[in-house]
Amino acid sequence: MNIVVLVKQVPDSGAERSLRADDNTVDRGAASNVINEMDEYAIEEALKITEAHGGEVTVLTMGPAGASDSIRKALSMGPAKAVHIVDDALRGSCAVSTSKVIAAALGGLNADIILCGSESTDGRVQVLPHMLAERLGVAALTGARKLTVDGSTLTIERQTDEGYEVVTASTPAVVSVWDTINEPRYPSFKGIMAAKKKPVDTKSLADLGVDASEVGFAGATSTVLDHAQRPPRSAGQKVVDEGDGGVKLVEYLATEKFV
Amino acid sequence: MLTEEHEALRTSVREFAREVVAPVIGEFYEKHAFPYDIVRRMGTMGLFGLPFPEDAGGMGGDYLALCLTLEELARVDSSVAITLEAAISLGAMPIYRFGTEEQRARWLPDLVSGESLAAFGLTEPGAGSDAGGTTTRAVLDGDEWVINGTKCFITNSGTDITSLVTVTAVTGTNPDGSKEISSIIVPSGTPGFTVLPGYSKVGWCASDTHELAFDDVRVPAANLLGPRGRGFAQFLRILDEGRIAIAALSTGLAQGCVDESVAYARQRHAFGRAIGDFQAIQFKISDMEVRAHTSRLAYYDAAARLLSGADFKRAAAIAKLHASEAAVDNARDATQIHGGYGFMNETPVARFWRDAKILEIGEGTSEIQRMIIARDLGI
Ligand SMILES: Cc1cc2nc3c(=O)[nH]c(=O)nc-3n(C[C@H](O)[C@H](O)[C@H](O)COP(=O)(O)OP(=O)(O)OC[C@H]3O[C@@H](n4cnc5c(N)ncnc54)[C@H](O)[C@@H]3O)c2cc1C
Ligand SMILES: Cc1cc2nc3c(=O)[nH]c(=O)nc-3n(C[C@H](O)[C@H](O)[C@H](O)COP(=O)(O)OP(=O)(O)OC[C@H]3O[C@@H](n4cnc5c(N)ncnc54)[C@H](O)[C@@H]3O)c2cc1C
Repeated sequence: MNIVVLVKQVPDSGAERSLRADDNTVDRGAASNVINEMDEYAIEEALKITEAHGGEVTVLTMGPAGASDSIRKALSMGPAKAVHIVDDALRGSCAVSTSKVIAAALGGLNADIILCGSESTDGRVQVLPHMLAERLGVAALTGARKLTVDGSTLTIERQTDEGYEVVTASTPAVVSVWDTINEPRYPSFKGIMAAKKKPVDTKSLADLGVDASEVGFAGATSTVLDHAQRPPRSAGQKVVDEGDGGVKLVEYLATEKFV
Repeated sequence: MLTEEHEALRTSVREFAREVVAPVIGEFYEKHAFPYDIVRRMGTMGLFGLPFPEDAGGMGGDYLALCLTLEELARVDSSVAITLEAAISLGAMPIYRFGTEEQRARWLPDLVSGESLAAFGLTEPGAGSDAGGTTTRAVLDGDEWVINGTKCFITNSGTDITSLVTVTAVTGTNPDGSKEISSIIVPSGTPGFTVLPGYSKVGWCASDTHELAFDDVRVPAANLLGPRGRGFAQFLRILDEGRIAIAALSTGLAQGCVDESVAYARQRHAFGRAIGDFQAIQFKISDMEVRAHTSRLAYYDAAARLLSGADFKRAAAIAKLHASEAAVDNARDATQIHGGYGFMNETPVARFWRDAKILEIGEGTSEIQRMIIARDLGI
């Protein structure tokens, strides 16, 4: 099995995050940047599959030069190599153009399975897996909480609010995963040492044959015009229970039209 | 000062400690239960193989890599840190260093992967600091050793995954009349080898400690670890190294006290302001940081000497002495800063306070460290 895992570098969702005042893009300088959490589950799943069935795992990232830290960390978990798409013209890319660039890079990688997270913690659009499958003309198995590989048949349990659906497709296919699928490994010292020597192939838009006018701010299908800080939480209303606390709570809920 | 790889390992262990250990360890501690699942995950992460070469199934790291790992674990919890420290320094390392090809092939693979644990039984009810006072005896009967005696306070000796205990025993008399002490591997479950119930301990409550009884225990003569009569010299070497590891663990506890206190001083209010605004609290925390920092420098120095092949005995004793006292001092100050909450078991610093004291006792008491330093100074 030849597996490509999509790995995005995002600002740490546990830390203070903000958008830049000048162009409304994520302020990557302010926050500490980490691997998108869900993508660690995709890496783990890819490693488990190749450990059981053989094959090779490649990490694919589109992101600025600083994303190389996250690529190195991803490689220290076990994948054999990485492809890093980096180009100044990519800044401000929308989901549609991101999928165009990643699809172009996937074209040369000959993957049986393309594994990715179900969503990123910064963009949270949840559309990339679908867009990629569409562009590549392959099946999309999305939102997996379980993935089984039997020859060229892939079966997932697709997690829904009500339970799960069983969905099957044959390779090649895009599979996106939730954090219920496995328990990602922490990099070992051997993995950290080995990652230093693993090849990272850097690709520009020209290398991929994508026109710079179709991506970045230039090609964005939607644009963030303005943003504002979420207003601070208001003080709220205190109910002191003097024997009538229950009544007061219900009165409050009634004025807010909850009951 | 650290290489990029050492920093990456530190980060990896820090994330593990915060994400996997911190949320659940309080409950194991409260129940005096051994955290098997955490230990399993430490194993899959390769922590038990850290200082062993890759051809022995290890991670190819050095002793500093182990120390950094212990510091980061102990910053969150000492029970899991001592479980790892004892499993490597006292359990697997003697087998790796002094074992025959057969002994290594039989025991090491499962030890370096963390699937099993080994313990080291030196201390006896009547012999601790004065380990030469060992009274456990082993007599060769045909091609078997017959062992009789008692060991106490032995870490990792009674878990479901303990595969062996290496015990020191008197095997004869040296030409100069002193005791001939040797090390012998006793597999768990050998008839006559009884693991007594766990102790009720003040701290390290999620680590495994037992008294062990040996009643006509028979093991093959081939279970002798290293040359006969070298047991004493072997464990001195093991303990010298282990002191650096205990210093790293102590540094972690001292640093954990700083981490918790800084956060609490910002958030806790009294007399209309954060308690961190009071200089009395600020100075206390500054002193705590100084102690944690100097402890770290001391163990870095001892580890650097060890790695360069230089004499490290005095440096290791200094690091162990300084860091363990720093841990106790920081734990006392951190609980003070936390006020009444610091006296509640659910507060991490209360656990740190309970865990700190043993650091001045185990693997050589503070008095023994001072003796080593004085002796090394030629007095
Ligand atoms: C401040 C801000 C401004 C934005 N501006 C625009 C805009 O103007 N117009 C617009 O349409 N969109 C905009 N976006 C959305 C942004 O382009 C998308 O976040 C991005 O294109 C991919 O979507 P996602 O990460 O949410 O993907 P998701 O579909 O949520 O991610 C699923 C998975 O896809 C993979 N993946 C996603 N991105 C990458 C990548 N770069 N490299 C490798 N793998 C990846 C990961 O495995 C991820 O887990 C903006 C987002 C932000 C935060
Ligand atoms: C939780 C725990 C885990 C342990 N794990 C292990 C283990 O895995 N394996 C193992 O073999 N042991 C283990 N030990 C034992 C530990 O190493 C000993 O307790 C320690 O070495 C001290 O020995 P002792 O308790 O016999 O004290 P003693 O040696 O009886 O000391 C009592 C006091 O006298 C002082 N003293 C002794 N001699 C001198 C001297 N010459 N000059 C000045 N003061 C002196 C000591 O410093 C101490 O203050 C563990 C202990 C504990 C509590």
